[in-house]
Amino acid sequence: MLSVINIDKSYEGQPLLKGVSFSVDENETVCLLGPSGSGKSTLLRIIAGLEEPEGGDVHWKHASLAGIPTHKRRFGLMFQDYALFPHRNVAENIAFGLKMQNLPADEINARVEHALETIGMAGFAHRKVTELSGGEQQRVALARALAPNPRLLMLDEPLGALDRTLREDLGQELRRILHESKIPAIYVTHDQEEAFSLADRLLLLHQGAIIQGGRPHEFFHHPRNEWVARFFGLGNLVEGTVVSRTPLQVETALGLIHASCDRQSPAPGQRATLLFRPSQAQLTSVEEVNLLAGRVSDQVFQGEKYQVSLTINDRLPEFKILLPNPLAIGERLQVHYPPSDVLCLENGA
Amino acid sequence: MNASHRSLRRWTRRPAFRGLLFWLVPALFLGYFFYQPLLALFNLALKGSALSGWEFDMSALNLTRIWRPLSFTIRQAALSTLLTLILGLPGAWAFTHFTFPGKKFLKTLTTLPFILPTVVVAAGFNALLGPRGWINLGLMSLFNLATPPIQFLNTFGAILVAHVFYNTTIILRVVSNAWSQQNIRLQHASQVLGASPWHTFKEITLPQLKPAIFSGTLLVFLFNFSSFGVVLMLGGPQYATLEVEIYVQALHLLNLPMASVLSILQLLCTLLITLGHNRASGLGDLVAAPPARGITPRKPTRVIERVVLILIITTLFVLLVAPLSSLALRSIVKLEPTRGERGEIERGLTLQFYRELAVNRRGDLFFVPPITAARNSFLFALITIGLTLTLGLLVAYAQRYRTPLNKILDPLLMLPLGASAITLGLGFIIVFNRPPFSTLRFPLLIPIAHTLVALPFIVRTLSPALRNISTSLRNAARVLGASPLRVWREVDLPLMTPSILVSTIFALTISLGEFGASTFLVRPDYPTLPVAIYRYISQPGALNYGQALAMSTILMLVCAAGIFTIERLQKSEKDGN
Repeated sequence: MLSVINIDKSYEGQPLLKGVSFSVDENETVCLLGPSGSGKSTLLRIIAGLEEPEGGDVHWKHASLAGIPTHKRRFGLMFQDYALFPHRNVAENIAFGLKMQNLPADEINARVEHALETIGMAGFAHRKVTELSGGEQQRVALARALAPNPRLLMLDEPLGALDRTLREDLGQELRRILHESKIPAIYVTHDQEEAFSLADRLLLLHQGAIIQGGRPHEFFHHPRNEWVARFFGLGNLVEGTVVSRTPLQVETALGLIHASCDRQSPAPGQRATLLFRPSQAQLTSVEEVNLLAGRVSDQVFQGEKYQVSLTINDRLPEFKILLPNPLAIGERLQVHYPPSDVLCLENGA
Repeated sequence: MNASHRSLRRWTRRPAFRGLLFWLVPALFLGYFFYQPLLALFNLALKGSALSGWEFDMSALNLTRIWRPLSFTIRQAALSTLLTLILGLPGAWAFTHFTFPGKKFLKTLTTLPFILPTVVVAAGFNALLGPRGWINLGLMSLFNLATPPIQFLNTFGAILVAHVFYNTTIILRVVSNAWSQQNIRLQHASQVLGASPWHTFKEITLPQLKPAIFSGTLLVFLFNFSSFGVVLMLGGPQYATLEVEIYVQALHLLNLPMASVLSILQLLCTLLITLGHNRASGLGDLVAAPPARGITPRKPTRVIERVVLILIITTLFVLLVAPLSSLALRSIVKLEPTRGERGEIERGLTLQFYRELAVNRRGDLFFVPPITAARNSFLFALITIGLTLTLGLLVAYAQRYRTPLNKILDPLLMLPLGASAITLGLGFIIVFNRPPFSTLRFPLLIPIAHTLVALPFIVRTLSPALRNISTSLRNAARVLGASPLRVWREVDLPLMTPSILVSTIFALTISLGEFGASTFLVRPDYPTLPVAIYRYISQPGALNYGQALAMSTILMLVCAAGIFTIERLQKSEKDGN
């Protein structure tokens, strides 16, 4: 339905978005994930028509939206700071979009009432928005964005301004409401947990481009490159030079490592990064490859498991593994990684 | 140490007592020099009405004598305010949304009217549009006319134009301040929800601007309502506002009871307007949510934007610059023959008017040379600075102690703001026109009157500055071994210095330019600059006119230097934080 095609935009002379393309289909919540400053909000504002792209186009059902002013696009946008109108009460805020469609008063009232019920705030109609708590404001902002039945809903870090517990509660509620409304949505956040819990599809924005897109679990199992793995904190990353392609062997500070690759393997001589997931470390092994020996320098109890830091050699940062039982600090230890569990990644930007 | 001693000591350490100590001197000063004259006014108004046989419900003549100036005052104030809005609101729009070359300069210019004495502005318009002003002299020589073709002085229009000059920048500043602090996201939200630009303006922007517009309008109305110098010097006798009528009744017709009645009426009206204004600005605080992101001005892009922008800016620029620059230029150019000179005169640049300032040509005992007036003015200004700073600091410290006393004394302190300078002057001559302080023998009454006019402004500058000094700074100094006096010298004083400087300049410029009260209090042989300007400008002869303009120019330059210094001080303070 929505297609974003090759959008370019710069900010204060620096390129911010460089040829961003993606699309959003019916009934789909797409999450735009990226560190702050990656241009996520700008992208939303371009889709809403609040800003002009310097290159590229935005299409709705294959028709260009260029030249169509914001107020005629019938999109919904929920702002990070909610942007509730301070001079209007809760009901008047929610009614605003309906009023702009010149709907009859009874219909407006009925829909506002329904919206208030949906967000669990019936009875708040005449409250001042300035007197609401952060969570209540967030819900009113959502109701206001949804009330006019937008063709597309965009949410700009909707939970960003809330504290942690509230964020989890409202995140669930948001998921329910988005699911029930069946409106296609673009959800912008820098918080990966939020993104995983809400997204049907995830788009990772890095340096002005979408670096990887797909279902949330794909990012875990098949990170596209070293930067993606680092962004999601997937595990220990060790750089090295490819020695042979089949079998894939990489020379690193840990020694010669046998690895696997879910794309085309890099050619010998190329630099690559290896991902060792902490949970996949094995303590016992009959194999003679991929053996890492080190000394326990620290350990932290993390609920069910212990995160153990190993000092392997001075050239490497601490190597983190997850173990079911505690060890003594200073103890020497050898762990093994099966070659199929060492993922060879393209060096990221 | 016995028990009663100790309890006394404990009592003297209570904040209420300390607050009282600080309040003592300012309260006595205000009581003696403001409330005593005010009561005397009331008294005279009531007694006078009984004595002279007319009462409020009586003689139609007396009622018209009250009604006519009152209705005229309201009418001219309303019309001036309307014109000011017509010019100021588009200006506010332009300043909020656009950047343009010369914006900074224009912004600095807009601070000028806040502090320019009314006589200077009147002289400026006189030099531009008066019978001996640039435009009339130009037209006369161009078309060989015998008389000035444009009649500007003594017209209703002159009053309106001068009021617009004075007050446009108030609307400009108040409204564009509020406007640029509006959260831009609110407008975006409204657009996304389907509101067209016009609807967005009507439904979102305007409702949020309303408090600022309302409060600015009331402020402008208040200034127009109590305007004196402009009306007297540009409007002439047939346009009597309440203020001018008080002046005429008191000083020309010597009808003090009538003047008192008008004064009280004036005071009640201004109090009413002030009350409305305070409410309006309170409303503004209520609505204003903290701006996440204000409106950033941008370059005008569309042709229509540029055209409108150029139109607005040119108008503002001409309005602000034309009278002031023609004043300065006219004071150094000789265009007419001096009295006694015959035949062809030499036209051209001259510093004659400035040189003549020190000369008493007439040898008249009561006619002092302008330089004496300047000397008097600066002397009075120095005394005013000393008095206001002392009283202002005392009040600022008194307000720091949160005692129930403050609730009563704060508004009493601000009341002089509502009383016009004319009322003050009138009260002074009623109360002090006999020993021990005869106005004729005791010139100190003038700086005292100036102090009363300036004090509310100074308190509003000093008090917040003092409040902003964190107590932990003082505590830190004390823990490090500083005695209370040392704490004051090392912490309070340096942090207060910028505000004290600002207050000094405020006091200086207010005292230098004060006209209303001074007209009542100056002795003929002891005039201040504004009074001397008023006298000289209405005298015949090119020399007198030139000298009046020269004095006005000097006054203008001093005030301009003052306000620019204040701006810089306040800016550097803001940057420092």
